[in-house]
Amino acid sequence: MQFDSFSDFLAMGGYGFYIWLAYGLTYGLLVGLAGYCFWELKAFHQNFRQKLARAQRVKQYQEIEHP
Amino acid sequence: MFKWLHPLAKPETLYRFCGHLFPWLMLSALTILLVGNVWGLVFAPQDYQQFDTVRIMYIHVPSALLSMSTYTMMAIAAFIALVWQVKVAQWSVLAIAPIGAVFTAISLLTGMAWGKPMWGTWWEWDARLTSQLILLFLYLGVIALYGAFSDRQTGGKVASLLAVIGVVNVPIIHFSVEWWHTLHQGASIMKFDTPSVHPSMLWPLLISLLGFYLLMLALVCLRLRTAILEHEQHRPWVRATLGGH
Repeated sequence: MQFDSFSDFLAMGGYGFYIWLAYGLTYGLLVGLAGYCFWELKAFHQNFRQKLARAQRVKQYQEIEHP
Repeated sequence: MFKWLHPLAKPETLYRFCGHLFPWLMLSALTILLVGNVWGLVFAPQDYQQFDTVRIMYIHVPSALLSMSTYTMMAIAAFIALVWQVKVAQWSVLAIAPIGAVFTAISLLTGMAWGKPMWGTWWEWDARLTSQLILLFLYLGVIALYGAFSDRQTGGKVASLLAVIGVVNVPIIHFSVEWWHTLHQGASIMKFDTPSVHPSMLWPLLISLLGFYLLMLALVCLRLRTAILEHEQHRPWVRATLGGH
């Protein structure tokens, strides 16, 4: 352990602002990127299910109108 | 090796392969990244010249190395797509590009946050920083070129061409600290010699690097799965996998 107390750890020997800025930006961007990648897959699934349901509805109506 | 690789050119096989790989990659990436960064932030010693700012190294160096190796990976995929017309190679170029762009942006931003207290400036138009900024523009160029064509195949081809041509920038970034006078220090790990970083700092650095690497691979797996589904959505296997009926 390199620090005596938690506030010591946050201060980082006076360079706290730069270090926490770097780590904050890094993890902010990484979480954003991961969230975007998950969202893309989820959006595709939703879109795909909607298309499937729509195709099925169209098929049903066609069967009613032209049996 | 080609016997093992060849089936992965089939989208359905690759989709399942990435699906099996993803949870393990993500889980190990998060664990290893946590270990590496906590070690670097709390337990690794201060630098005698840079004091605590040296702790930025545990994210700056891995993201910078990743930005280059991700680009190389993308360029190899682009080359395979152009020469052998492998569909999944083409899709992986576009799956990889945004991930590489984010790692490049992270390396630039952490470098700025390190440069301000140590060099006295956020930014300097010197060789290393400028060539790294060009790498970011190359990634963005690949994404933008793909989007600029209404025909996805043409867009993919042009984007792959840029990715392959842009690979000349990778050695330029690596050797920029030797070829030109620059504020940036020389290589400490990636050189033909024993690393000049003390083990107390080298270990957390290497662990963080491994964590970043696994995270990149996990996200590439995830995006590639989405890309495969999007391109193959009219095929029966996608309907059989997702539709359930």
